[in-house]
Amino acid sequence: MSHRVSVQFFGITREIIGASTLTLDLPQPGRVGELLNSLKAQYPALSGLRSLLVAVNGEYAEPEDPIQPNDEIALIPPVSGG
Amino acid sequence: MNSAFKYVSTDEAGAITFFFGTVRNSTNSRNVEQLEYEAYDRMALKKMQEIADEACRRWNILRYVVVHRKGTLLTGEIAVLVAVATPHRADAYDASRYIIDTLKQTVPIWKKEYFDDGQVWVDAHP
Repeated sequence: MSHRVSVQFFGITREIIGASTLTLDLPQPGRVGELLNSLKAQYPALSGLRSLLVAVNGEYAEPEDPIQPNDEIALIPPVSGG
Repeated sequence: MNSAFKYVSTDEAGAITFFFGTVRNSTNSRNVEQLEYEAYDRMALKKMQEIADEACRRWNILRYVVVHRKGTLLTGEIAVLVAVATPHRADAYDASRYIIDTLKQTVPIWKKEYFDDGQVWVDAHP
């Protein structure tokens, strides 16, 4: 079983991926760590970043956190506001 | 700035601090011509509110304003504004410092520096 999730990209990750959003197939139940590993395998430049976090529904998530089909997922490269 | 000052002004305040984060003209001796800010709006607003709420728990804040601009900003322009009104000045300084420091660490906003010879996403790489 797999399910599709939509992932948003910002800043340098948007440029690495070449898109603001992607739809990915994740094994069910998907976890944040699996999503990160799958993206890093497809886009090796992601591994060169100082940090790379995942936000689930607007909150920073841990690798073991689950991903549900309707979650709002975003990749968060090192922030640099201010 | 004027509307932020009007908003935080209150007769109970003995201190009002304003912090402005502005666009510096250089990074590591390279000339910065402009900055481009990008935000994950929904999460950025939520995180900024959480930071302000936490500041209100830690200090006696009467009123506050926190604004972050996005899009293209030129040298000298204001990117961030943090205004805090408190009965006594120590709380205003401490809360203001906490808000801007935490905002820079946790709010999903990104800036790209445009030099005369290239562009760099700030702090993206080790």
